[in-house]
Amino acid sequence: MTLLEITDLQTQFETSEGRVHAVDGVNLSLEANESLGIIGESGSGKTTIAKSIVRLLPDNGEIVDGEVRYDGDDITEYSDRQLRKQIRWNEIAVIPQNAMNGFDPVYTVGDQIVEVITAHTDTPNDEAMERAKSLFQTLGIDEDRVHDYPHQFSGGMAQRAMIALALALDPSLLIADEPTTALDVMIQDRILHRIQELQDELDTAMIFITHDMSVVSETCDKIAVVYGGRIVEFADTETIIKNPRHPYTLGLRNAFPSIMTDDQDLVSIPGTPPPLLEPDEGCRFAPRCPFAEERCWSETPQSEPYGDGNTIECHRADEHERIRPEASKSETWREQEEVIEADD
Amino acid sequence: MSNRQHEPASTTNSLADQVRRGWSTFTALFGNDRLGQIGLLLLLGFIFIGAFAPFLAPYDPGEMNRDDQGDILRLDGPSTDHLFGTTQLGRDVFSQVIVGTRVSLLVGVSAATMSVFIGTNVGLISGYKGGYVDDVLMRITDIAYALPFLPFVIVLVVILGADIMNIIIAIALIQWRSTARVVRSQVLSHKERPYVESAYAAGAGDLRVMYRHILPNVLPLVFLYAALAIAWAIIAEASIAFLGFGDPELHSWGQMIYDAYNVDAIRFAYWWVIPPGMSIVLLAMSVFFVGRTLEQITNPELRHRE
Repeated sequence: MTLLEITDLQTQFETSEGRVHAVDGVNLSLEANESLGIIGESGSGKTTIAKSIVRLLPDNGEIVDGEVRYDGDDITEYSDRQLRKQIRWNEIAVIPQNAMNGFDPVYTVGDQIVEVITAHTDTPNDEAMERAKSLFQTLGIDEDRVHDYPHQFSGGMAQRAMIALALALDPSLLIADEPTTALDVMIQDRILHRIQELQDELDTAMIFITHDMSVVSETCDKIAVVYGGRIVEFADTETIIKNPRHPYTLGLRNAFPSIMTDDQDLVSIPGTPPPLLEPDEGCRFAPRCPFAEERCWSETPQSEPYGDGNTIECHRADEHERIRPEASKSETWREQEEVIEADD
Repeated sequence: MSNRQHEPASTTNSLADQVRRGWSTFTALFGNDRLGQIGLLLLLGFIFIGAFAPFLAPYDPGEMNRDDQGDILRLDGPSTDHLFGTTQLGRDVFSQVIVGTRVSLLVGVSAATMSVFIGTNVGLISGYKGGYVDDVLMRITDIAYALPFLPFVIVLVVILGADIMNIIIAIALIQWRSTARVVRSQVLSHKERPYVESAYAAGAGDLRVMYRHILPNVLPLVFLYAALAIAWAIIAEASIAFLGFGDPELHSWGQMIYDAYNVDAIRFAYWWVIPPGMSIVLLAMSVFFVGRTLEQITNPELRHRE
C-alpha cells in the first residue's frame, strides 16, 4: 500500500534576490514499512523536500505546486490545525539534525515525551511517563534518565532520546534528517542499527535524509538522488550502489571510500552545486558533467522509468553501459575540472 | 556528567522532589553571594515588619501625642517614649515608618507584578507574531518610552484621584515598557531555535509554543526585571508622595518626607527625615541585591546542579 505519494512538488523561497526553486518538480512514492534514503549535496533541496511533507517551511518558503498524498489524502490542502492535530507526530514524526538542540532546555526529557503523548492522546500523565521509560529502555538508555534535562545527555544519548520522542505516538512515517551527522562513526553505527531494528519491529516507514552514501546503503530499501531540487535518479539501493545510471550518482559513488577495494582513488565531483535562483532550461548537472552534450544545455531532461519502478533523469541514460566505466575513472572528472576552470 | 547524582528511581516529579530541587537552586544561587544574602535578609526583615506592622508599631501613626501637661508633643526629638521623635502634629515617627513599610511593599509588589505581566505578554506576542502586530505593539512601547514619568503620573492622579491603586496603575503603565522590549528581543532569538521547530514538528500550535516553550525560557529574565521593577516602583511611589500627589490617607515614607518639608522642618528635624529616607534606600537596595543574584538564573545549568 502506498503510504506517501509526492507528485510534482515545487517548493520555492522568496528571497531578496528572487525566487529560489529549492524543490522543483519532485516525484516520490513510499510504501508502508519501506525505507527511503534521500541523498544529495548540501543545498540540493533534500531537507526542503522533508520539510515540505510536514509543511515546516520557514516563513519565506511556500509549496507552489504539487501534491503530497499521505494515505490517499492530499495533505498540502490541509489547514494548519488539521495538519497539527492529525498528521504531525501521530502520523509523521521528524528526527531533527541536531537532537541536542531539539529538546526544550527547561523541561526534563521525560516531561517532553509525556507532553507530546498527553497533547495528542487522552493518556493520563503517569501512563505516559511509563511509556517514556519503556521507550528509553527500547533505545538502550537507563530509564531513570527520563528525569534528566537535555544538557545532561551526551550527543549520542540525546539523539537516541530524540528517537524515543519520535516513536512516542507510534508514527507510520519517520523522517530522519541527517540523524547521525553530528556523531562519531561508532555511535553512528549503533544508532543506525537501532533505527533499522526498530523499523522492522514497529512496521514504520522511514525517510532518511543524508549526504552520506554509506548511511543510506546500509539502512534503506530505496534511494533517491537529489540534485538541484530534482530527483535525478530513483532506484532500489542495490541498483544505486552497483549500477547507477546518472553521471551524478556515478560521481557521488566515487567520492566515498569503499572497504572492498583498497586501491580506490577518491574523486570528488568538480564544481559547485547550481544556484537555484530562477533556473534556466537544461540539465542542472550539465556544467559539472563530463558527459554533457549539446542538448543537455538546452533541454531539461524528463524523468524516464526503467526497471521495476526506478526512474532516471538524464538525456544519455541509454548509454549508461558505456558511461559507467568512464565515470569510474578519475581522469574523466579531472578533465572536467579543467574544463570548468577554463570557463571561469 | 560525573558530578551528577542519580535521583531515587521511584520518585517521579512529586511535590517533595520539586521542593527539594527548588531548595537546591536557592542555595546554589545565594550560597556564595554575600550581597545577595544581605539583600535577602533585609528584604525578609521588611516583609516581617510589613506583615506585623500593627503589632510592632507602639502608637497609632495618626495619633497626636501629648506630654504630661496635655500639650501636643510637636517636633520632639528621639527619646525612650518616641524612638524616632515626633512630627509637627505630635505623631510618632517610629510608628509611621513601620506602617509605611506596608505601603512601599504593596506598591512595589503590585506595580511590579502588573508591569511585568503587561510587559512580558506584549514582548512575547510582539516578538513571536512579528509583522504588523510587532509594529503596532512596539510603537505603543515607544510611546510609553516617550512619556515622562512624573508629569504622566501627576496628570493621571489628578484625573483619577490620589488613591494608592491609581498610583500603582500609573507606575505599571509606564514601567512595562522595558520588560516588553527585553522580552521581545529574547523571543526573537528563541523562536528560531531548533527546539521550537521540534515543537512545531510535534504538532504544537502557536499558543503552546509561546507560553509553554518560549515563555519558560525567557522567564529568568522576567524575574530579574520584576525584581528591578519592585525597587523602581518603591522609589517612584516615594517621589510621587514627596511631591504631594500621594494618597493622603496613607502613611507612606515619601509622604512623611513631604510632610516634613511642608512644615519647613526638613532642615533640622533629622529624626523625622532620616528614618523614612533610609528605609526607602534600604528596601530598594535589598530588592536590587536579590535581583542581581536572581540574574544568575539566566544560566540554566545552575538551576539543577545537585
